[in-house]
Amino acid sequence: MTNGWVDMKNTDMMLIMGGNPAENHPCGFKWPIEAKRTRGAKIISVDPRFTRTSAVADLFCQIRAGSDIAFLGGVIRYAIENNRIAKDYLVNFTNAAFIVRPGFQLPGDTDGVFSGFDAKTQSYDRSTWNYAGTGGGGGDSSPHPPGGTSPAAPKLPEKVEFDLSLQNPNCVFQLLRKHYSRYTPEMVERITGIPKEQFLKAADLYTSIRKDGDMKKASTIIYAVGWTQHSFGTQIIRTAAILQLVLGNVGRAGGGVNALRGHSNIQGATDMAGLFDSLPGYLKVPTPADTSFDAWIKRITPTPSKPAPWDSFNYSSNTPKFAVSYLKALYGDAATKQNGWAFDYLPKVDRNYSWVQMWDDMYNGTVKGMLAFGMNGVAIGPNSKKNIDALKKADFLVVGEIYPDETSEFWKSPGITTDEMKQIQTTVYRLPCAGFAEKDGSFTNSARWLLWKNTALPTPGDARLDQAIVAQIFLKIRELYKKEGGKFPDPVLNLTWNYSNPSSPPLAEVLKEVNGKALADLEDPATKQQIKAGQQLPGFAWLKDDGTTSCGNWIYSGSFTEAGNQTARRDPSDPSGLGVHPGWGWSWPANRRVLYNRASCDVDGKPWDPSRKQVWWNEGQQKWVGNDVPDFKVDSKPKDHMGPFIMNPEGVGRIFAPLSAFADGPFPEHYEPIESPIDNPFHPQQTHNPVVKRFKTPDDKYGTPKDGYTVVCTTYRLTELYHYWTKNNPMNVQLVPEPFVEISVEMANEMGFTGGEKIKVSSIRGDYIAKAMVTKRIKPLMIDGKKVYPIGLPIHQGYRGIAEDEGKDARTLANLLTPTVVDPNAYTPEFKGFLVKVEKV
Amino acid sequence: MNPSRRDFLKYTAVGGTAAAVFGFDLQPAYAQLRTLKIARASETRSTCPYCAVGCGTIIYTIGDRAKNVTAQVVHVEGDPDHPTNRGTLCPKGSSLQQEIMNDRRLLKPQVRRPGATDWQDISWDDALNEIAARVKKTRDDTFIEKDAAGHTVNRLESLAWIGGCTDTNEFNYLVVKAMHALGVVHLENQARV
Amino acid sequence: MSQETLRIQKISAHAGAVPGEGTQREFQVCKLIDTTTCIGCKACEVACMEWNDLPFGQTVFDNTYQTMPDTRWNYWNLIRFNEHETEDGTLMWLMRKDQCMHCADPGCLAACPSDGAIVQYTNGIVDFQQANCIGCGYCITGCPFNIPKFNSETKRVYKCTLCADRVSEGLEPACIKSCPTGCLHFGSKDDMKYLAETRAKQLRDHYNFPKAGVYDPPGVGGTGVIYVLHDVTEPENYGGLPKDPHIPLTVKLWKGPLKWLGNLAMVGGLIGLFVHYLRFGPKSRDEEFETKREGEQP
Repeated sequence: MTNGWVDMKNTDMMLIMGGNPAENHPCGFKWPIEAKRTRGAKIISVDPRFTRTSAVADLFCQIRAGSDIAFLGGVIRYAIENNRIAKDYLVNFTNAAFIVRPGFQLPGDTDGVFSGFDAKTQSYDRSTWNYAGTGGGGGDSSPHPPGGTSPAAPKLPEKVEFDLSLQNPNCVFQLLRKHYSRYTPEMVERITGIPKEQFLKAADLYTSIRKDGDMKKASTIIYAVGWTQHSFGTQIIRTAAILQLVLGNVGRAGGGVNALRGHSNIQGATDMAGLFDSLPGYLKVPTPADTSFDAWIKRITPTPSKPAPWDSFNYSSNTPKFAVSYLKALYGDAATKQNGWAFDYLPKVDRNYSWVQMWDDMYNGTVKGMLAFGMNGVAIGPNSKKNIDALKKADFLVVGEIYPDETSEFWKSPGITTDEMKQIQTTVYRLPCAGFAEKDGSFTNSARWLLWKNTALPTPGDARLDQAIVAQIFLKIRELYKKEGGKFPDPVLNLTWNYSNPSSPPLAEVLKEVNGKALADLEDPATKQQIKAGQQLPGFAWLKDDGTTSCGNWIYSGSFTEAGNQTARRDPSDPSGLGVHPGWGWSWPANRRVLYNRASCDVDGKPWDPSRKQVWWNEGQQKWVGNDVPDFKVDSKPKDHMGPFIMNPEGVGRIFAPLSAFADGPFPEHYEPIESPIDNPFHPQQTHNPVVKRFKTPDDKYGTPKDGYTVVCTTYRLTELYHYWTKNNPMNVQLVPEPFVEISVEMANEMGFTGGEKIKVSSIRGDYIAKAMVTKRIKPLMIDGKKVYPIGLPIHQGYRGIAEDEGKDARTLANLLTPTVVDPNAYTPEFKGFLVKVEKV
Repeated sequence: MNPSRRDFLKYTAVGGTAAAVFGFDLQPAYAQLRTLKIARASETRSTCPYCAVGCGTIIYTIGDRAKNVTAQVVHVEGDPDHPTNRGTLCPKGSSLQQEIMNDRRLLKPQVRRPGATDWQDISWDDALNEIAARVKKTRDDTFIEKDAAGHTVNRLESLAWIGGCTDTNEFNYLVVKAMHALGVVHLENQARV
Repeated sequence: MSQETLRIQKISAHAGAVPGEGTQREFQVCKLIDTTTCIGCKACEVACMEWNDLPFGQTVFDNTYQTMPDTRWNYWNLIRFNEHETEDGTLMWLMRKDQCMHCADPGCLAACPSDGAIVQYTNGIVDFQQANCIGCGYCITGCPFNIPKFNSETKRVYKCTLCADRVSEGLEPACIKSCPTGCLHFGSKDDMKYLAETRAKQLRDHYNFPKAGVYDPPGVGGTGVIYVLHDVTEPENYGGLPKDPHIPLTVKLWKGPLKWLGNLAMVGGLIGLFVHYLRFGPKSRDEEFETKREGEQP
C-alpha cells in the first residue's frame, strides 16, 4: 500500500476492483465505511460477481474476470477526453512531459505488440522503450533478473528531452492519449461485458473528483489478488497507477494505489526477500554476469535521468551502502573489502526459480528436496495435481506445520490406492511447529507497519518454535561441514550466528541484527552526532559502504534502535487526525506512513488540500515538515524542482515505464487470459500477453472453447474462512460447512439444476465437485457478441480438515482446476479467469 | 451451557415477603449473571495471524503466569488501542481461541518412509539429524560452482524452501540467511501466490 | 465465583410489585444495527458463540450465505441474507443481524408463567434465568420476533443475553466489539436513536435512499435493538423483520385484563392449561422443536 488502512477514512472516492475487502479484510474495511459515514465518500465496486463489498457500494459493475485493463484503460481515456486530469501534478510530478524516442511503437500501430518484439524467443528488445535525450545514465531498473547476460544493456539518458506543454506527439502524455484512445466505451463493453451506460456512470463518478480542475479531493484505488493473479497482473496494477497519476492521487491522504495483501506477513516476507529474485530491502539479486561485487553494484545502482532544469534525489544511488551492510550482517569479519564483501557467497541467479517454476523443476527432477514451513503447496496450487505428481518424484519433503495438511499427506491424497502409495519413494518428515500465539516476533501489515507480538503460551505437546527448528537444522548442517568438509563450505561456516541461544535465536536479537549497528565509531559530519561501535543505528541514513556498518535489511533500519524495539510501541495517539498514528509500531521506510507524500503539495510546497495537511515546505525553517515523515530530501527547496518519487532515477512518477522495468510493455495493453472465451478484440492475431510462456509437462494442459470449455471461472476466498487453515476450526466450519460454486440463475435454469444440487466443474486439468449456489449476484455477460457464463469458486476446502478427513467426504481442491501460467513480471499464477465446463452430477 | 451458572438470586422471595407485609419494598431484586470469564485471566497483546490488516488482539489465558500453571486460552478479542482494528475482529479473528486450543494440532514429529502407507513417530533428534544429513548430501551432490560460461554461480538448485504466510520478519530473515548460505535459489514464499 | 448481578425492573409471573422498583436511576442500553453498512461477515456470530462458549452445531449448505435457517438455542446471533431487486432492477444484497430485540415491553416476559424465569434489568436487557425456567415454551409464543429457542436436552429455553455478564462489568456486548465496519454500535438508547436518525438522514439526503429510516417498533414499547434500514417501509425484505410487531393478543389478554389471575399462585395450573391451549392449538409443539434440532449436537 502506498497509504494505509486508517488513511482510507480520508478518501472521497473509492474504486474497489480486483479485491473484495469487505470479505477478505473486514477490519480494514471499516475505514472505507468511515469515509462513507463521515465524508460522504462513494464506493465503486467492479467485480466478476456481486460481493459483500458490492453490497455496500454505491455503484456496481459486473466485469468479466481478466478484462480489467480494458476497463481501467477506458477510464483513463474518459479522464483525458473530459479534461478530468490533474494538469499541474501531471506536468511536474510525472513523466508526462518526457519525450520518447522516435523508434518506439504502440501495439495499436503494430499487430498488437510493442516495438522490439521477437516472436521466436517470445521476448522484447526493449531498447526503443526509452526517453529521448543525451548522456548515458545508468542502472538497470529491472525488478527481476534479466533473461540474458548481455553486459551492455541500454541506459536511460542523463538529460531527458521534455515538453511542458504536453503537445509534442511523442511526449509520454500524447502517447498515453493515443494508446488509450482505442479503449472506447463500446470497446470496454465488448471486452468486459459491462454495458456502455454503466461503464460511463462508473468512469464519470470516479473521475468526478477532478471536475473543473479541482485538486482538493482525493480518490483511492483498492485492489488485491483479483489483479495480481493474471498472466498480465502487473500491468493491471500499472494501469491503476497511471490512472492515479493522471488524476494526481498518489502521495495524498485518501489517495494512492493500495494493495491489500492477503496474509499476515507476506508483505514482510517480500521485504525480507523470501522470494528468489531479490535480497532484503528489494536489492536486486546478483547474476552470473556480475563477475564482481563492483560489477554487481554498478549494474544495480541507478544514476539520475531527468530534464536538465529539474532535480532528482535518486535515493537508490545509496544502493552500495545497503549492499555492503547486508553482506556484513551475513558474514561479519569474513566479508572484507578485499574479497568483495564475500560477494562470491551469494548464489547467482539468471533464470526463473519462482513458485510455479519450482514445481516444474521438481516434476522434471531438478529439485530433489523441499522444506515447507507453514506453506501448503499442494492446496495452494495452481494445478494441484502437478504439484502432487512432482512431490512423488522428490527424495524428501520436510513439512513444518501446526495441523495435518494436504502437502504433508500428498502421498495419500484422494485417488491414490494403497498399491500406488507403496510405489511413492518420497520420505516425508512432519514437524510440529508453533502457532502464532506461541511465538513473538514482528509482522508487517499491508500498510508497511511492523508490529511486534508477544508470546501468550508455550507450544503444545512436543511442538517446537519454528526458529528453533530451522536453527537446529542449520547448526547440524554446519557441524557436518566442519566435521566432514564438502562442497564450498565457506558460506555455511562463515555465516554469522551470534545469538545468545544459537539453537533457538531470540527474535528480538534477530530484529536488532536486521536493524543494523555500527561496527566502528561513526559521526555525522553535519550534526556531529556520534554513534559508538556496537550501538544500534537510528536509521538507514547512517549506513556506510566501507564496512563500518552492518544491516540485515536497510528498509527496516530504524525498527530496533538504541531507544529499543520500535515495532512494539503502543502510543495510539493521532495528533493530526489523519490516521497517521506515528507512535504505534513502526513503518518502513523511516516510520513514514504515506509514501511519496511530497506529492500531497503543489510545486510550491503547499498542500493541495489545506484540510488534509500531511507535509509541507516551511519557508522559515527552510525545510519540509509535517504530520507524517516527509518522503523527500528535507532541505530541498521547492524552486529546485526535485521530483517527489525519489526512488525513481527520474524523480517523477512513471506513466511510461522505460527499458527493462517490465517484461511486457511500457504501457499496459489488454490481453486475454491464457484461457479465454474470445479472441482479443483489439488484435485477434495477438490474443494473449506475447511474452507469456506455457509449461510443457504432461500435466500442463490449456483448454479452449473449441474443447468445450466456455465458462469463465474465477477463484476467491470467503470471509468466513481463511485459506486452507480454518477448515480445522469448528467455529468457521459451522459458518460454511461445504464447498459451493456460485452460478447465475440463468445458467442453472438452462442446465436444469437448482441451488443445493451437486455439480461438477471441469477444466482440462481436473474436476471439482461441489453444490451449486444459484444466485442473482452473478449474471451472464455479453462478451464480444457472445453470451458468456461466469461462475465463481471459493477455494477453502481440501482433503484434510474437520469435514474432510479420511472416512468422511474427501473434498476436491479448487486448484485442481487452475492453470500453470504466470505473470511475466511478478511470476504470480493466473488463478482468475480460466475456462471450465459445468455438468450435473 | 450450564444453567446453574445463571442462578436467579432468591432476593425476590425476601422482597416478596416484605411487600406482602408492608405493601412496598426497598430491597431491590437482582439476578445473578454468569461470571465474567476473563475477569482474572492474563492478557497478552498479539497480532492476528490471518490477513494483512494485522489486527491487534488480546489473548486471555487462565492463570496469572505463575510457574505452576500451563496457560490455556479462554478468550481472544480485539485490542481496542490498535489504530487499525480498534478492538474489532472478523469471523476468523473472532475464532482465534479455537485456532490455538485445537485438538487437531500436531504434537510430535512424524516420518513417512519410502513406500509406507502410514506415519510413524520419530524423535526430534533423529528427525533433525536425518534432515541435516539429507540436505548436506543433496548439496554436496548437486552444488553448482560455475555455469557453462565459466561464471561463478555458487548455487544449489536441487533444494527448495517454501515459506508460509505467517512467518515473522525475524524468522524469514533467519531462513533467507541460512538458505542463501547453502546456495538455495528455489526460495519462495506465500507472498508469490 | 463472584456474584455479578444486575438489578431487575420486570419479573415474569411475579406476585406483587417488583421489589425496589424506582429506587435507582439507570440509563437504558441499546444496540444500533445499521444494515446499510453491514457486510454480512458474521464476526458477530462467531464472537457470540466464542464469548458465550456455545457448543458447536452442524450446518448444511442451503443455497445461501446464511449460516442456518434460523437461530438456535445454541446460536443466538444470525445474519439473514436476502437478495432483493428494487423496482428499477437494481440488485441489493440485504444483510440483517437477527437476535433478541430486548423489547421494552417484552412479549416473552409477559407470556412466561414461571416466577423469575424471565427478567428485565433496569438497563433494559431482557434475560432468561434458566434455573427458574420450567420449559413450557410460552415465551416462544409471546415473542413477536421468534427468538427464544428450546433445548430438548436441558428442557430450557435460551436466547441472546445482550452479554449481560459483560455489560454488568462495564463492557460492551461481544458482537458489538467485534463488528468490523461499526454497523453495530452500543450505548444509551437516546444516543443510539440520535446516531440512527442522523445516519438515516444521510442516507436519504446523500445516498439516494429516500425511504431510509429507523426501526424501533412502538408495538412492543420500542426495542433495545434498533435498526437503520435502507427502506423502513418494507422491513419484511430484511429476512422477515415484522412491520408492526405486537405482543400476541392472547398473551396480552391474560397478562392485561386477566393479570389478577397471575397473583393467585394457586390457580397457576388453570392458567397453564389455558395458555397451553392458546399456544399449542395451531401447531404441534414436538414437530416444531424437533425440526429445529435437526443436525445439532447438543
